Formats: sequence, C-alpha cells, structure tokens
Amino acid sequence: MSTDTELTDIVGGLQSKGTPVRDRIFMWALLVTLFIAISTLLVLIAYVTIKGWPRLDPKLWQNMPSIRRPENAGAQSAIMGTLWVISLTALFALPTGILAALYLEEFSHPDSKFQRFVEVNIQNLAAVPSIVYGILGLAVFARAMALGQTVITASLTLALLILPVLIISTREALRAVPRNIRDGSLALGATEWQTAWKQTLPAATPGIATGIILSLSRAIGEAAPLLLLGAVTFITFNPTGPLSGYTTLPIQIYNWTKDSREEFQILAAATIVLLLVILLLMNFTAIWIRNKTQKRW
Amino acid sequence: MSSTLVGSSVAGDPGSLQRTKPRYGEKVIKGILVMAAGVSVLTTFGIVLSILIPSIEFFSEVPIQDFLFGTEWTPLFADGEFGVVPLVTGTLVITGIAIVIAIPFGLGAAVYLSEFASPRVRKTVKPTLEVLAGIPTVVFGFFALEFLTQVVLVKIWPDIDIFNALSAGLIMGVMIIPTIASLSEDAMSAVPSGMRDGSYALGSSKRQTAMFVVIPAALSGIVAAFVLGISRAIGETMIVTIAAGLQPNLSFNPLEGMQTMTSYIAAAGSGDLSTGSIEYKSIFAVGLLLFIITFFMNTISIGLVRKFRQVYQ
Repeated sequence: MSTDTELTDIVGGLQSKGTPVRDRIFMWALLVTLFIAISTLLVLIAYVTIKGWPRLDPKLWQNMPSIRRPENAGAQSAIMGTLWVISLTALFALPTGILAALYLEEFSHPDSKFQRFVEVNIQNLAAVPSIVYGILGLAVFARAMALGQTVITASLTLALLILPVLIISTREALRAVPRNIRDGSLALGATEWQTAWKQTLPAATPGIATGIILSLSRAIGEAAPLLLLGAVTFITFNPTGPLSGYTTLPIQIYNWTKDSREEFQILAAATIVLLLVILLLMNFTAIWIRNKTQKRW
Repeated sequence: MSSTLVGSSVAGDPGSLQRTKPRYGEKVIKGILVMAAGVSVLTTFGIVLSILIPSIEFFSEVPIQDFLFGTEWTPLFADGEFGVVPLVTGTLVITGIAIVIAIPFGLGAAVYLSEFASPRVRKTVKPTLEVLAGIPTVVFGFFALEFLTQVVLVKIWPDIDIFNALSAGLIMGVMIIPTIASLSEDAMSAVPSGMRDGSYALGSSKRQTAMFVVIPAALSGIVAAFVLGISRAIGETMIVTIAAGLQPNLSFNPLEGMQTMTSYIAAAGSGDLSTGSIEYKSIFAVGLLLFIITFFMNTISIGLVRKFRQVYQ
C-alpha cells in the first residue's frame, strides 16, 4: 500500500498539465456519489430521531401496544418477542454454522465434489430473497410440522436465513489462521479435531465473533419472512415460551406504519430509533472487535 | 486421516507414523460436522420442495400460460384471475428505478474508495457504508413513505399517489448501493497494481487509469456486483410493501402505486389463508417465479466472480 501511494505522488508530479480539469471534475463526481449515499443515511437517522422524539420515553418499553390509546402505547411485547426469537435463533444457528464452517475449512478436501456442491449451494442460499425463507417456514415449520405461528417457527426460519452468512464469515476467520499453528499442533500429536477445537477455533474467535454479531443483527432487523409466520397478529403479551405467539420490533414498526394516524407514525419513528440504537451498538462492537484484534501473524 | 489435512506441507509419507488403532471419537465428530454442513443442502431442498409442490397443485387449477401471460391479478375476487404480468411489471419498474440510482452511485463510491481515497478516508467510509447496509429494510420503507413521498416528492409532483413506485425504487436504490460498492471495490482492489503502474508509466492520469485500465480489468467482478444488486432489489419485500402499495397495477408510471411479486407474497401470506385454497397456493406460484429469477441471477453472479478470481489469482 505505502509504495503505491509514494508512486502515486511521484506520478502526480510528473503529470501533464493538459488534463487536470477533467480529472478534478471526475474526482469531485466520485466524491458526490459517496456523499449522496452517506447523507441519505444521516438524513434518515435525523428524520426518525426528530419525528420519534416526543415518544422516546419510558412508556415505549414499559407499555404494551394499544390501538385505541396511541399516546400510552409501547413496544414491550415486541422487545420481549425480539429477545425470545433472537435467543433461539442464535441457539439453532451458531452451533450449526460454526461446525459447518469447521468442516468445510478444516476437514473436507477442498477439491471434493461434496465440498464444491456445498460451497456453491451456500453462496446461492446467501442470495435467496428473505421472503422465500418465509415461504419455507410457512410450508415446513408452521404447517407441515404444525408448529404454528410461534416463536420457534420464527427462530428456525431466521436461523436458516442467517446460516449462509454465518458459515461464510466463520470460514473467512478460520482461513486467516496461519497454517503453521495447525501443523505445530498436529506435529505434537494432537488429532485433527483436537487441533481444530483447541488451536484453530480459539485463534479465529475475534473474526467469528464479528460474523456472529453481524448475522444476528441481520436477524433482528428482518421482517419479511415473519410477515408469513404470524408475527403481524396484534399481540399485547410477552412470549411465555418457544410455543407462544409473538411479535418483534420490525413487525411492530410495520404495523404502526400501516396505521395512518399521526400518533402511530411518531410511535413507529420512536421504535425505529430504539431498533437502530440496538443495531448500531452491535455494528460498532463488531467493527471495534475487528479493529482491536487485527492480529498480524 | 491426518495425511489429508497436512497434505502438501509435509514431504514424504507420514503413513508409517500414524496410530494403528482407529479413533472412533474423531469419526463421530467428523460425522456431526458433515451433518452441520449438510443443513445448508437440506435447506435448499426444503425451499425447492416446499415451493414446488403447492405450485404444481396451483398450476393444475390455473393453466401455466394464463399465469405467465395473463394481465389481470385479482386473487381475492370470487372468480379470481391469476395473471402474473402486473406483478412482474411492478417489480421491473421499481427495480429499474433502483438500478438507475444504485449502479452509478455504487460504482462511483467503489472507484473512489479503491483508486482515490487515502487509507484513513477508507477506514471511516467503509464502516459507514456497512452501517447503511445494516439498516433494516422496514426502516427504509418507513423513510420512503413518510419522508421521501410525503415530505419531498409531493412538493415536486402534487398529484403523486401516497403509495408510489418512485419512492420505493429510489430508497431501494440507496439500499443496494453498499452491496454494489463493496463488491465492485473488492474486484477493483484485486486488479494487480502492476497494471496501474504500467498505465501511469505511459503517462495516464489517475482518472484515465481508473476508467481505461482498472474498470475494464475488473469488469466481470463489477458486473457480478450489479447482477447481485439487481437480484437483491427484485427480492426486497418490506420497502415495496410499505411504500409502493398493495394494488396490482399494469402501468409504467412511477408516480402510481403498484404491487410487486414480493409484496403480493407478503400481503397474501400475512392473512390467515386455509392451506388448500387457491389463494394460499398462489403464494407459492409467485414464490416459484421469484425464486427462479433470483436463482438464475445469483448463479450468473457467482460464476462471474469465480471467472474473475481465476484470472487474477
């Protein structure tokens, strides 16, 4: 990188004097494109904060949703629903995703047909629209397995949804662990599994943690598949178990957005602020872990 | 066993040093790992089967040509019509608007980050784009409906529908900027710096190098990013459900509301339909079409990325 910039500096000095105007316009145009994307993000955050400000009070998390009294309505059932759904999603997705990544990266032969098939398959699944996972959840978990419109149906569906992303990020983290750590362990007589479990996996923990946080934050913000899985029902109670009815924060936001009364729009904006704070905190944690632990082997 | 793992890095035959007693524990563990990897294969089969079976039942009641070429989508009428064309045109109009926004802005951001930005700028801008990528789509939908339509667009077009394709398309474009930017940037960063140096040595400016050397060299990776971005736009649900309305509308006027394939699935699926009804099965038929389109595009994108990697690695 550094040689690159030095070279560029030299090149800059040697450039002909005929073209800089065009070059400068080009660079400004590029900066504008970046500016548009980032300013949209800032306007969005500013808009929901200003709009939701009057309802960013303790009632937002202390009270239940209400159709008749928007001024007292809150999102408690949605907060508890999100907690339930995400905890179970993590319970299903994390072991499966990490073990699958361990297999693909540490045990399977990179050129084997099974490996190639699974890889292409995971890449494809990562790009399948989330609503299609909703269709899968509706047909398989809710109807065929008769789990109904419950927390567990939502969690299983979301777990399958984040699995490809989780596997891909875990594999990248494992790949960053240098070969000689494995060789050293194997040379000392450790088995393949002992090496993977006691050396490779711990060495890759920061990278894996970043992937886990980012994939769970995706699950927290996901709404489309849950529309098919019963989360839209008007829920004024906290989930009591995996087989309980539920709603989640994004779905509660959707329900309030649909109601055209101004009080509900404000409530939706306030809930968006709450959701964004949770997600931004998770994002920053992930970025912080990544920057903090960028180990040079 | 361990010979497969150590493989290339150990010279000679390590076979004679291996334990003679088989380790059953290792085999069990390996079996568990294979099963975990197999979940993704099962998911694919689950998706295909769960969509295909009700779709086949659907097409035994509605002829497939009526579905594909019919221009009326009225599933809730007593004598409902199931012509998917209005849903497809709705999807195309909104995706088209999104692409017009996302391709120039995503590519511009990528060229800037890859070719012009200092490492420090890159270090702050890239996480910001990641934050943009992490905003839930329901939030974008709210923003499209409440801010873009009701605060901005009504001032420009006073007779715009409250639910319209334009606001959904514009915001969806912003949503896929990070996808296109980060994948295109990966592709451009992978172009060997020797090619840039050669271009500079011949007297090209940074702009000329970016436009005539780096972008052409990274083209298949960039096209893969575009295709994946378009596929994401086609499959996006919440923005269109909230901001574009739920009325099937065979129109190309972006100021009108329209329904897309995804928002039909969301709207019909969130009602309490009985399992055997034709409306219930229509969710799967539309889902099948959506799955085929996005699967086709994803496969193209994955193939392009693979081709690109083979050239430069």
